[in-house]
Amino acid sequence: MKVKTINRSEEEAARERAQDVQKVHRNLDPALHPFEKAKEYTRALNAAKLDRVFAKPFLAALTHDDGITCLARNPRRLNSLLSGSADGDVRLWDIPARRCLRRLVGHSAAVKGISVTADGEACVTCSTDCTVKLWKVPFAPFEGGPIVEDAHPVLEFSGKYAFRSVDHHWGRPQFATGGAAVEIWDHERSEPVQTFSWGADTITSVRFNPAEPDVFATTGSDRGIALYDLRSSTPIRKLVMQTKTNAIAWNPMEAFNFTAANEDCCLYTYDMRRLASASCVHQDFVSAVMDVDYSPTGREFVAGSYDRSARIFSLNGGHSRDVYHTKRMQRVFAVRFSGDGSYVFSGSDDMNVRIWKAEASEQLGTLLPRERKKHAYNKALVERHKHLPEVARIVRHRHLPAPIYKAAKLRRTKIDSERRKTQHRIAHSAPGSVKVKPARKKKIVAEME
Amino acid sequence: MDEQEGAVQPAPKRQKSSSGDVSRAAKFRRGPEVATRRIEDKKLKGKLRYTERLVGEAQAAAAKVDEWLLPAEPGELEAEGMERTWRFSQAEIVDAGEAGAARKAFDLSLPQLGPYSLDFTRSGRHMLLAGRKGHLALMDWQRSRLVCEVQVRETTHDVTFLHNEQFFAAAQKKYTYIYDKRGLEVHCLKDTTEATRLQFLPHHFLLCSVGATGVLRYQDTSTGRIVTQHRTKQGPCDALCQNPWNGVLCLGHGNGTVTLWTPNVSTPVVSMLCHHGPVRALAADGQGRHLVTTGADGQVKVWDLRMFRPLHAYFSPSPAEWCDISQRGLLAVGYGRRIQVWKDALSSKQQSPYMTHTLAGGTLSDFRFCPYEDVLGIGHSGGVSTMLVPGAGEPNYDSFVADPFQTRKQRREAEVHQLLDKLQPEMIVLDPTAIGQVVREPREVQREKQAAAEAANRARLAEQQQKNEEKKRMKGKNKPTRRQRKKQANIVEEKLPAMKQRMREQGVSAEFGHKHKAAREEAGVPAEVPRALHRFFKK
Repeated sequence: MKVKTINRSEEEAARERAQDVQKVHRNLDPALHPFEKAKEYTRALNAAKLDRVFAKPFLAALTHDDGITCLARNPRRLNSLLSGSADGDVRLWDIPARRCLRRLVGHSAAVKGISVTADGEACVTCSTDCTVKLWKVPFAPFEGGPIVEDAHPVLEFSGKYAFRSVDHHWGRPQFATGGAAVEIWDHERSEPVQTFSWGADTITSVRFNPAEPDVFATTGSDRGIALYDLRSSTPIRKLVMQTKTNAIAWNPMEAFNFTAANEDCCLYTYDMRRLASASCVHQDFVSAVMDVDYSPTGREFVAGSYDRSARIFSLNGGHSRDVYHTKRMQRVFAVRFSGDGSYVFSGSDDMNVRIWKAEASEQLGTLLPRERKKHAYNKALVERHKHLPEVARIVRHRHLPAPIYKAAKLRRTKIDSERRKTQHRIAHSAPGSVKVKPARKKKIVAEME
Repeated sequence: MDEQEGAVQPAPKRQKSSSGDVSRAAKFRRGPEVATRRIEDKKLKGKLRYTERLVGEAQAAAAKVDEWLLPAEPGELEAEGMERTWRFSQAEIVDAGEAGAARKAFDLSLPQLGPYSLDFTRSGRHMLLAGRKGHLALMDWQRSRLVCEVQVRETTHDVTFLHNEQFFAAAQKKYTYIYDKRGLEVHCLKDTTEATRLQFLPHHFLLCSVGATGVLRYQDTSTGRIVTQHRTKQGPCDALCQNPWNGVLCLGHGNGTVTLWTPNVSTPVVSMLCHHGPVRALAADGQGRHLVTTGADGQVKVWDLRMFRPLHAYFSPSPAEWCDISQRGLLAVGYGRRIQVWKDALSSKQQSPYMTHTLAGGTLSDFRFCPYEDVLGIGHSGGVSTMLVPGAGEPNYDSFVADPFQTRKQRREAEVHQLLDKLQPEMIVLDPTAIGQVVREPREVQREKQAAAEAANRARLAEQQQKNEEKKRMKGKNKPTRRQRKKQANIVEEKLPAMKQRMREQGVSAEFGHKHKAAREEAGVPAEVPRALHRFFKK
């Protein structure tokens, strides 16, 4: 006769000292874990709810004396942001301390563009007072002190017309300005070294390609997006759309792709090698999109609109991932991602630069490993159950201000009725006689070489 | 493959796992693998393949944990030579067993207030006793420590622990009461009257009761709300058990039927005629595969809970009053003073029991297997005793499910997590794996639906047409609504097939709108005649 029974000793299960962690035994046998799926679903539901509960993206507002017209981040320093306002004032901000470090005073009219040099030591600002100024951008001091006013730019360039935008070259001491024409300036010269023009239009934004040092793109008031190469004396290619494009941003990781912020409430992502059709149309805004900027990861971008909201889109997402608005925020004229991709800045007409979290419910500060794992688990749960109706409803829900909500509803109605009409038209005409353009091509008027 | 050999010799890099590993891993497989080969959508295919890989890795990791990190082996009782395991008495087993095991076999002589019913916590550490005459006692039985004792001076039919050992419910003469671990009455559940059997669904926080009125009540113990009350309409009910796999309650009735209930449906989801005569006791196994019923007709029947079919039946010389199934699938059946324990009795019919035991103290009233222990706790008319049943309990516990050595802090933490993971009563369904699954309609059903929709459409069109033709009067023909309705009748769609048919018959090609030459000649029209004059020729 052989007898063996379960015999556990409490000493083995107990920890030796009070400082030790408690011993944990796992037995992964499914028989001991009933209701796996139901539990996971419940957890996913809770995770989705918690995500919405903690979605408090607004962090701080930095004030100016007039509406914000442009923003720029320093490519070499995470904590630094420059903002230009309609009264000609440029301010350098220390983001973690949420204070102004320096005011760059000198422009007599609205500052329309700021760009920081690739080494992060200086910045160029352009204004409607027909000047471009180059300023030293100091380090952020460690101690708080009085705001220093700097009225002495290092260099000053004067042009013949009001400037609308500026972008500094990624490598050379050169920058491009947009106004009545596109001009390339050198730090050493007081006159532009190169001038491009294609028709008589105003250039509203200029952006250098981050990978190909000689290529840059502009948008103009003639509804065109033009691509230029510094090595040739004429522009390479131009795309004319039905409505004006306000701003443009290159994808920093796939530098042949760029996204254009259009007046028709949509953003269009194009491949510069194939301009015949947009690769993605991003919609959700209800008014003109004013500015767009990519995250350094190249997977997301932020856009600000005239409808008083900023939205974050994923690279290939047709609809926005998140929408940011406050009661007091007015028309958004400038948006920027932070250098680490975890914050978003928006500059609006109500004289404030606002700092937002890029991920609305993200926990700030140093995370313990357990916290990090928990967040990852919750995220995976929501991702896995996002198709289930209850989870989808919670994840999708965003509160919108009444004007935006109503406008979006109206817009939806219009689009639906148009679609219905087209369907009817197709059904009641000879097959093949009604040509329907896809949304990606609909707004393209012409492509010029 | 020999494990030692594998350790000594350097194993080849991409070695297939041995058959032992495969069978071990099969335990952790959830459902069949998704066939991705024929999926056309590349993104979906990639995602599914990635998920499949993760699932495979998790399965392999779980199998490894199972192999290396679960140290304890289940208990066993082996006979040598001419011995038979069912001939061993408890005294012999206790003598032959280890010293620790001997402490677990005890007899509590409580002859005045019996017979006793009992319950264990889910970790098996605490035991709850309830004497019929109102004696309630909560024991930390493995340490032989009495936590609380109370005399309620009222008939007590049944007791059950709530989500942990802090609270327990007792079905008393009129109402059901909830007590805390100090023995203080916390709640009187005035809605739950005349309950005789209690069950607690720990994942849903539902206290279920049924009794003389034949009403099955679900009460949420975290909110206090009565979730549902089902009138069984089968008279007083004295047999209740839960299926721990899906939370469905099984009720045994006086007319020999067993009904399965969920809170969502007001009628039984399943009703089975199991016995010729009243059903005495029920027990479901841990994975929801088998149900054992005992009836007054002397039968002990094993049912397949997925197909709802009898598997096999045992005959007990006098009707079995009580039965229970242990974590590792041992079946205990009791009547009078005798208890039999059967091994592997669920999957196949056995010829002889695994163990037998005769109570010295009194007649049996209730017994339960203790989770994670090789112990059967028995309540009888003379008190409470325990019986060692080697191989009954799961040897390896999971600290996050039920920990016999849980500290106070761990208990508090676990309580919070239990509440966070509380399942809604609506999630109790017969197949718990159906939650979060897409139910795709079979192709035949889809086809039928499509055909029905088309038929309805045709009928509507015909009806409309008939209506249009019936009306001869012109009055009201040109009303905007009528015009709209006519448009809606979709004239093109309706006339197109007939038109095409006509054109085909006449030999007119749809593209050019004129007849084929051959067709014209066939119709007796000379080739040089212009089209406008065709109608003057006989067809």
